[in-house]
Amino acid sequence: MLAVGNPSRGDDALGPLLVASLQARPLAGVELLTDFQLQVEHVLDMRGRQTVVFVDAAASGPAPYAFYRVSPHRDASHSSHALSPQALLDTYSGLYGTPPAAHVLAIRGYDFCLGADLTGQARDNLAAAETYLLQWLTTCG
Amino acid sequence: MTDLVNIPSASLETATQPENLRRVAIDPLTRVEGHGKVTLLLDEHDRVHQVRLHIVEFRGFERFIQGRPYWEVPVMVQRLCGICPVSHHLAAAKALDVIVGARTLTPTAEKVRRLMHYGQILQSHALHFFHLASPDLLFGFDSDASRRNLVAVAQAYPDIIRKGVLLRKFGQEVIRVTAGKRIHGTGAIPGGVNKNVSRAERDALLTDIYQVIAWSREAVALARQLYEQDPALYGEFGTIRAHQLCLVRADGAMDLYHGGLRARTADGETLFDHVDYARYWEHILEEVKPWSYMKFPFLRALGPEQGWYRVGPLARVSLCDTIPTPFADHARREFLAYADGVAARATLGTHWARMIEMLHAAEVIKELLHDPDIHGEALVVQGERAERGVGVIEAPRGTLIHHYRVNEDDVVTRCNLIVSTTHNNQALNESIRQVARRYLDGRRLTEGLLNHIEVAIRAFDPCLSCATHALGQMPLAVELVDAAGQTVDRITRDVPTAC
Repeated sequence: MLAVGNPSRGDDALGPLLVASLQARPLAGVELLTDFQLQVEHVLDMRGRQTVVFVDAAASGPAPYAFYRVSPHRDASHSSHALSPQALLDTYSGLYGTPPAAHVLAIRGYDFCLGADLTGQARDNLAAAETYLLQWLTTCG
Repeated sequence: MTDLVNIPSASLETATQPENLRRVAIDPLTRVEGHGKVTLLLDEHDRVHQVRLHIVEFRGFERFIQGRPYWEVPVMVQRLCGICPVSHHLAAAKALDVIVGARTLTPTAEKVRRLMHYGQILQSHALHFFHLASPDLLFGFDSDASRRNLVAVAQAYPDIIRKGVLLRKFGQEVIRVTAGKRIHGTGAIPGGVNKNVSRAERDALLTDIYQVIAWSREAVALARQLYEQDPALYGEFGTIRAHQLCLVRADGAMDLYHGGLRARTADGETLFDHVDYARYWEHILEEVKPWSYMKFPFLRALGPEQGWYRVGPLARVSLCDTIPTPFADHARREFLAYADGVAARATLGTHWARMIEMLHAAEVIKELLHDPDIHGEALVVQGERAERGVGVIEAPRGTLIHHYRVNEDDVVTRCNLIVSTTHNNQALNESIRQVARRYLDGRRLTEGLLNHIEVAIRAFDPCLSCATHALGQMPLAVELVDAAGQTVDRITRDVPTAC
């Protein structure tokens, strides 16, 4: 599970907060990683994995969260300081062949200002996303 | 090439009659961290009258820091930027060393911090050259946009991309070992560090360092080879006559962690040398312009009009008297000698200089890994408390200044940051104006031509970071807006934002 976000930018902290919460639970076979944003070296973290779940805050889209499968896709985030999950998978394909199965858990956020606290709505969305994810981990694992 | 004599505003900073012009915005820039855009004002004959790089500034950063206890600052400032958090971490720690009276760190603290810093230089430069710049350099600035990306490079040159990934990973491993964590590290604290490097950690890094040096030497050769493929283009593209600024060691050698300030004019005349950065404001001032969120620093002695300058790899490699590691210094001498110094003045020569610095970083890491001081137990010193502290470091993109005031309750009351991209603000603008004059003026705009602007900007590797990247916040678009402000055309790049 690879969560991305800046803990000091309001709801951008949703991904790292989810990982922090999961770290308190015994999750066999699940490795939890966080970073500010996805970058090319994360292909190395994906090697040898069965499944990868990218967790990130979403500035738009459905609330409380969206969970969907992603495939390799080349987009304009390629060669950017911040890759999209699809572009990261595409990079993996280019370097190492077929990537692991991958999903995105996009938790809806609302305020991303530097120094802002997590909004109440985002907090609720985080709780719902965590419940869903734990359920999903049980069924998929 | 278009003659500019008839264009009223040859500087291209401000058009005289903007209401009669149409506006093209490259918004936001791709392969540039953070939010930035370039606006062009064109007349009916596609002649360029105004070019500006706009950046959403970092001014909120100071307010973010003010009011916090000083000991939190080295950790908190890492959240200013997801790309160079280590540079902010170390610049803040250096400033706060002064606050806690730590005039001289222990050898262990000094060397562990240096190891962290050179790890950051290595990983950042690797990312820039192999992944951000290489698509343009290998395929051409106006090649098919679908090819100018990482995967296309990986398909055509898989070895280059693979080495780039592994070089970056190695630099990040150095950071993890020295900072304690992969991100949000706490390694540097006011007065020293909170951990040393264990022998096991050292041994693990030593396993790879010789390969890293070998690949870095290859990278220098590749950067030179790319330059030599079209020296006329590389020599003139986006090239400007700029004064330059950087830190140098007491003996004039390159030192990216600590030193005195050196500034030279575009003609090589020394303006000041070995200046104590603790009073940087006696030599560097900042100007505000109404059209930009970002300030425009200038050298006080030359004034705001003439005093703008460049920082970063090109400035550092050009200004230092020597590089204190053998392979990198050999590369520096070849770089400076190339075509009587043309490469060392060229904006695209920055890529070559950047790889020389990456090689230097790899060599420094090797030296430090062999230094027993990194295993020492004396980690922190303190002394007489001060009210004000300034920390300056040469970050990957250039000189980075952190300046704090702390009150008797240990709370930060004032904070001023001058980041590398702010130093380069005017230089960036001048560079893209040169490109606009040379390549865009009077021509029908195409994606490839607009990419020329971005190529010039990327040479500086500006970091416009806000580190917010949430899904749905990465629109990449080129807009053509007429003089009335109506959007005439818009191209949106394919970035997934939702399921």
